[in-house]
Amino acid sequence: MRHLLSAADLTLAQTGEILDLAEEMASVQARPVKKLPALRGRTVVNLFFEDSTRTRSSFELAGKWLSADVINVSAKGSSVSKGESLRDTVLTVAAMGVDALVIRHGSSGAPAQAAQWVDAHVLNAGDGTHEHPTQALLDAFTLRRHFRSAEPGLDTFAGKQVVIAGDVTHSRVARSNVLLLQTLGADVTLVAPPTLMPSGVDRWPVRTSSDFDAVLPEADAVMMLRVQRERMSGGYFPTPREYTVGYGLTRARLATMKPGSAICHPGPMNRGLEISADAADAASSLILDQVAAGVAVRMSVLYQLLGGEDAPATPRGDV
Amino acid sequence: MAEPATTASRLVMDADQIARTCARMAHQVLEANRGAEGLLVLGIPTRGVPLAERLARAMADVEGVDIPVGALDITLYRDDLRRHPTRAVGRSRLPVGVDDAVVVLVDDVLFSGRTVRAALDALGDLGRPRAVRLAVLVDRGHRELPIRADHVGKNLPTRADERVRVRLEETDGVNEVTISPGADGGAAPGDQDAEGTR
Repeated sequence: MRHLLSAADLTLAQTGEILDLAEEMASVQARPVKKLPALRGRTVVNLFFEDSTRTRSSFELAGKWLSADVINVSAKGSSVSKGESLRDTVLTVAAMGVDALVIRHGSSGAPAQAAQWVDAHVLNAGDGTHEHPTQALLDAFTLRRHFRSAEPGLDTFAGKQVVIAGDVTHSRVARSNVLLLQTLGADVTLVAPPTLMPSGVDRWPVRTSSDFDAVLPEADAVMMLRVQRERMSGGYFPTPREYTVGYGLTRARLATMKPGSAICHPGPMNRGLEISADAADAASSLILDQVAAGVAVRMSVLYQLLGGEDAPATPRGDV
Repeated sequence: MAEPATTASRLVMDADQIARTCARMAHQVLEANRGAEGLLVLGIPTRGVPLAERLARAMADVEGVDIPVGALDITLYRDDLRRHPTRAVGRSRLPVGVDDAVVVLVDDVLFSGRTVRAALDALGDLGRPRAVRLAVLVDRGHRELPIRADHVGKNLPTRADERVRVRLEETDGVNEVTISPGADGGAAPGDQDAEGTR
């Protein structure tokens, strides 16, 4: 694997490898010395053109725990704010001799574009409304653990009903999850008000519904999406109150979920809008497990990309 | 069943010999440790793990106490990661902490010593054992690092390009140790794959 740009890049076997290795990496978090030497001498740059707390810090920790050198470049306080283009920023950073670029950008396709310009490995840490593949991997990791608590040894999600509810149009998390859950064999249903259901969704490998109450009781897991007010120019729904009534995971809806069904949310949550406090803090909520899984899954991905010999295309030789 | 040893490969240990050797090594570990107190037996995947389990079981039979046994994967500590495509990482399993334990590392073949070096580094990150011992079924020589085993099942003089293969019931369906001439020039000792650990 050279880059991780889309969840669609991953086969079922590769996904299984990443999740299995993440289980091993998770045990590092419990050790007195949280450090593995596997990426010694590698350099990883987090290039974040959009705000992020959990993704940036978990990529940073993942790289550091694997002994890579990690630096963070954010748009604020960098030459980007002086008007430097994406291409120049990427080439400048790459010219310092980095092995991997972790890129978050507000424009869909920016990491894929960057991957064409540089020899370094490129990881998509979220691009516009397109994809967020490591989020889908950590969701799959969290769900696999949850499903395995009832069915030890489970390898695919065949027969599992997963409902993804909320602002699908603006959600890169939803897109990556749809792709990865399809690879894992789950049955995915998207629930959104018609205004927040993307055009062309009929060609996705999913069912769609605008009736949350009808599909929720069947779900083995429900993924709530954040209402992304920063990407909305308004007019998607009349009032927040109305959104909550139709599509929020309220206390009343929580009671209709079947026993053992899991609740996920990629964060940050708008409590009281798409998810109620009762649901967010319920025993069946995996939201904090998702955060905890972030570092382990990103360690696994970084090792898969950087753990072996340099790809032949890389001009830098072994020192 | 695995295919019988070809004419080119020579049988060095059969199932009975391996069983007797494991039993002897179990006694030697207990003798050196003056009992089972504080022992933690860790096998290095792949074939060190079933060997560790056999040793621990044999020691438990002698002493009448359970002896903790686990697995220590060393892939992420190897010194040749950047010489190969990304390697699959095996599973580590620690039944108890390594702090203040007498850790007995178990592997099938001791060759260059690089696997053991990696295992020592891995142990150091897991805690501070009271002591670390090394038990191997076969010591075939050609060390590249200053490492020696405390308990050796069989000293096997080899040429560097020969290939020593340990096969065990648990992983290969048969118990035997064979030696064969190095095909296509053979393996250099620095190539850890030649140690039969993978």
